[in-house]
Formats: sequence, structure tokens, C-alpha cells
Amino acid sequence: MDEKIPVTVLTGYLGAGKTTLLNRILTEDHGRKFAVIVNEFGEIGIDNDLVVGADEEVFEMNNGCICCTVRGDLIRIIEGLLKRRSKFDAILLETTGLADPAPVAQTFFADADVRSAARIDAVVTVADAKWLGERLKDAPEAKSQIAFADAIILNKIDLVGADELREVEARIRAINPYAKLHKTQNCAVPLDAVLGRNAFDLQRILEIEPEFLDAEDSHDHEHEHDHHHAHHHETHGLKHYHDEDMQSVALSIEGDVDPDKFVPWLQEFVQREGASILRAKGILAFKGEPKRFVFQSVHMLLDADLQREWKAGEKRVSRLVFIGRNLKEGEIARGFMSCAA
Amino acid sequence: MAAASLTANVTAFDAGAPAAAAAFLGQVPALALEDGSVLFAMPGAGRRVAAHPDAVILAAAAVAGRFITGADDGRVVAVSQDGTTQEIANEKGKWIDALAAREDGAIAWSCGKTVRARDHEGTIKNFAAPSSVRGLAFMPKGYRLAIAHYDGASLWYPNAAAPPDVFKWKGSHLSIAVSPDGRFIVTSMQENTLHAWRVADKKDMRMSGYPAKTRSLSWSFDGHWLATSGADAAIIWPFKDKEGPINKAPLECGVRQAQVTCVAFHPRALVLAQGYEDGFLLLCRIPDGAEILVRAAPEAGRPISALAWDAAGKRLLFGTADGAAGLLDMPA
Repeated sequence: MDEKIPVTVLTGYLGAGKTTLLNRILTEDHGRKFAVIVNEFGEIGIDNDLVVGADEEVFEMNNGCICCTVRGDLIRIIEGLLKRRSKFDAILLETTGLADPAPVAQTFFADADVRSAARIDAVVTVADAKWLGERLKDAPEAKSQIAFADAIILNKIDLVGADELREVEARIRAINPYAKLHKTQNCAVPLDAVLGRNAFDLQRILEIEPEFLDAEDSHDHEHEHDHHHAHHHETHGLKHYHDEDMQSVALSIEGDVDPDKFVPWLQEFVQREGASILRAKGILAFKGEPKRFVFQSVHMLLDADLQREWKAGEKRVSRLVFIGRNLKEGEIARGFMSCAA
Repeated sequence: MAAASLTANVTAFDAGAPAAAAAFLGQVPALALEDGSVLFAMPGAGRRVAAHPDAVILAAAAVAGRFITGADDGRVVAVSQDGTTQEIANEKGKWIDALAAREDGAIAWSCGKTVRARDHEGTIKNFAAPSSVRGLAFMPKGYRLAIAHYDGASLWYPNAAAPPDVFKWKGSHLSIAVSPDGRFIVTSMQENTLHAWRVADKKDMRMSGYPAKTRSLSWSFDGHWLATSGADAAIIWPFKDKEGPINKAPLECGVRQAQVTCVAFHPRALVLAQGYEDGFLLLCRIPDGAEILVRAAPEAGRPISALAWDAAGKRLLFGTADGAAGLLDMPA
């Protein structure tokens, strides 16, 4: 009962296959009971006992944080669902195709009642292999959904050729090199690809490594860790795109940082640039601190903690990544590097 | 100080489910429970009415001897003290988010943005609010409804064609309360503040400083005080003057290391019943703050979630979020 309810957020542009994925999760033999929150209520049948229609009402919190928008309807719905706590194990939340995932995520940071009862497990974005490339050009929402994702289901791969698939993957990686990418037909993914991800759990931030194009099938995180992050695409000799307005900035310091410099720098930067930062994560080695310092943020909302101890033989490296719009890479790099201990 | 105590005057009983609301239907103490039932809580002779089978009661109001309940089955049901139920409405597939009732039998409820008002003859009028509605309250005079929504509140005459009177303040407004003299409306907000407007000229005021959301508001019988939950004391705002609480500090009664979750003013005296998140329950007299213990916090106690006085102020009914309940008989 005291365990927080895990919430899986399903996003994706119109027609990408969100409802297919939703029904796939529900009908699989997993022994779990879900409460489902949907927006396009009643359009396609959803095979579940507990289905709640949402209104996707976004409002701004009056907490001095200009980009802190939350989903008011979600606060109300989760409050109501808590009274049925014994009837389900997890929540699946489907957003409309045009939705920005940030207000959903921020609801779980900004509302004390929701935060104490539920947690986001992961943001899962379903993308249409055939049309995503076009949508990334004309729909800012589609780009936000890719940038925000912890897992991306690249669906309908049967409708594209090998070259087209590589192209769309490269487009995705230009925006978000960190999400798990699954290439599917009919959203056929194993459940553990979308459930039980703990993507927002500070204790589960294990490493900050980009996923590599074309390689995720055999990729087992055994590669050398000392390559240069800013150039990882090129080192693998794959087509590299630069998305003009959405990108990730990854930085590392081979050693400790000074917490008295780093914490104020991070707080100030996130406050000032929060509107353009969609997500950020970091693992830091603080001088004189045996434990790893980890943080993550959604826009201006920052969550940080000391995690496990650095292991014997583990290299004390300080890494962070920002995914966002028009990020000032040079400024971020200068600011971060000046925090070196 | 040796605190005065009335714990010996409390008859405790097991309600069997978390309490959503408490009321006296005439002389009969009743709890609306989150398991969809209404419990007539005569200790030793309890009776349960399944008002909403397999559903959760989300909103409830009691008036004129009936408990009006709204649940996530989309139904609004009136439960009478003889145990009979009457279905007032069925909003299929929706949740009843807020509810209000008044002495003449009128009932109002909301689901999402839809607000419906049903007068005592059963005529229903509809209002499409600008956004989801979280709180409803009837004005004391005239057939007029106060509605809390995003970015403010609206006062709506269901029988008039005129658009509602809008009181604007940015943000998400949750509960709404109307002063007994109808001069002020007060909302609680997502940002742990209250907002109040003087109805006559829409002059508004912000009442802040709460560590949590205020979800329980209660007016004193004379309308001079508004007690609120959401802090580690009952916060009681003065509304006697023309200007309301502007530039005045509230009273703080019963400061503890636990938040007040539920408040209910005595119907005839300036005595406040205040329940806490740990199950502790206290009577506080204002303005001197004298305290009388009603219930000590049990081990792993859960919040007091429902409180009601009988009309004479001789009995106090309470229910908690873990299904405990009790009835206090005031000494003569």
C-alpha cells in the first residue's frame, strides 16, 4: 500500500499506434491490473475494467516558475483513483497526439498529493516510421514527444525500406540519443520494454550513455567509456543529423566537481534556461563525497539526491546531459567545466 | 497544562471504509463512505445502505434529512434517513466531481465542465463551465450557485438567461465556500492558498501561508469566522468586518506537529472541531483558544476525513481515512 503507484505515460503523434500499444499491454498475460486514463474517450474500444476519460486541461502553477504547467484534470483523477487503490497495480496514461508531455511529467513533481501517491515510471513515445520524419518538420509536438521519451516505439517499420528506417532513426537520435529504441510492427514489444522502467527514479540512474544507431540489438554496454561524448555519432561512422532547434548536450569531467560551485550553477542555469530544457540528467562525483550525486529535471523542476557509493575501481567521472530547444552548448560547457574540483 | 478531555464521552465504532462525509439526518448520525455505501451510525445498531454498489463516493452533501452522494459511477443519489434511496441523476461514464445541496431540496452537481442544477421540483438547468469544476456551493439567498474552476469562480442563476458573474483569479480553484450572509465567496487553490472575493464589488484578497491544500472550510454560526484546514493548526479568518480579512491576521488554534485535515464549527457556539492527519481530534474555543481533547492520535492513525455536528450541537460525528469512526456526546 505504501508503494507509489507507477504511471506509464504513452505519447505519440496522431495515428502512430498509441491505442494499439495500450491494448497490447492490457491484453498480454501479465497478471497486473491497470487503471487506464485516456483522452480520445470512446473512439477505439479499450479492453479494461477501469477506464477514465481525461480532459487534458493544462494550467500554469502560480509558483514563480513560468514554464511550470501541470495537468489539473490529472490531479483530480489520481485523487479519485487513489480511493480505488486496491483495485489496480499501475496506471497507463494515454495523452492526445498533440500533447506536450511536460505538463504530465510536471504534475508528478509539482503536486504534493500526486507526488506522494504516484510516480512516473517512464514516458513511452510511439512513432510512425513512415511519417515521423515529416512530423518532425511540421509538428513541434512530435519533436517534444521524441525529446521527452525514455523509450521510443518506432512502429510500422514494415511500411518503410531499410534506408528510410535508418534515416528516421538518425532523425530520432539527433534529438534524443538516450531513449531505448524499439523497432516494431503493430507495437509488438515485450512488456518489460515499456513497464517497470523506473526512468524517473534517481536511484536507478545507472549511467548516462547514448544509445547507438543500428547497434541496439547487440549493444550491451560493454564498450569503452572513454570516448568523447560530443562526437559519438561520428565515431561510429553513421549518418549524423543535427536538428536545428532540438538537441542534446552531453558533457563530462574526468574527475570530481566542487559541489559549492556545481549546485549553485545548476540551480541558476535550470531556473534561467528551464523553459528551453525539456529534460536533464546527471551523475556527479563530488569532491570528498563517497556517494554518487544524481539529478534529473523536467524544465525548471529539479530533483537531486546522493545515490550509491562509487565502487572500488569505478572511475569517478562527472557526467550530465541536457535535452532541449536551442541549447547554448558553449555556455553550458563553460559553466560546467568551471565547476571542476 | 492538564488538557481537558472528552475522550470518555466518545463511542468509537468501525465504519468499515474510509469516510467521505459525515452528517446528521435528523437525529441519525450518518457517514458517506468511499466504498459507495452510507452508514447509519447508531452505535450497536448500524445499518448500511448501498447507495453506489462497486463505486467510490467522491462528493457528498447533507441537507433536510437526506444525504446526497455523488460517485465515480456517475450517479447522484439521495439517501433518506429511513434508508430509501432515490437516483437523482446518472451521468453515464463520468465521475461526479462536486456536489451541493440546499434546504429547499435543490441539488447541484458537476462532472468535468458540466454543471447541473436541479430545483426542488426536479427541473434541471445546465451550465458549461469554462474548465473543469472542483467545487460548488449554493448562495444563501436566491437560487444561485457558486462554482470554482480554473482562473476563478462563477456565480450562476440557473433560472436566468444571463451569463454567470465571473470572479477572476489565475490558477486552479478547488473548494468553494459562501459566507452565511452571502457577502463573500472563498475558494481554496492548488497553490496552497485561499482566495476570497467580496461579492458586491469583486474586491479580492489572497490568504496564503498554508503548507498544504485547504480541502475543508467551515463558517461559524454567526458568519464572523471561517475555519480552514491545510496547516499544522486550524487557520481561522475573521469575516465580521466590511473588508473581511484584509490586513488582518487569522487565529491559529490547536498548533501541533501534524496538519489539520478537517474542520467543523459548532452550530451554536464559537467552538471548532478540528481533526488532524494523524487521527487526533480536538475542540477549540475561539477566540481564547481553549482546547478539549476528543480523540488522541492512535498508533499509525490516519486522517480525520469527515466531521459533523447535530443541529443542536450536542453530538459530534467523525470518520477517518482508515474506516475508524466515533460519536461524541457533549456533556449536558
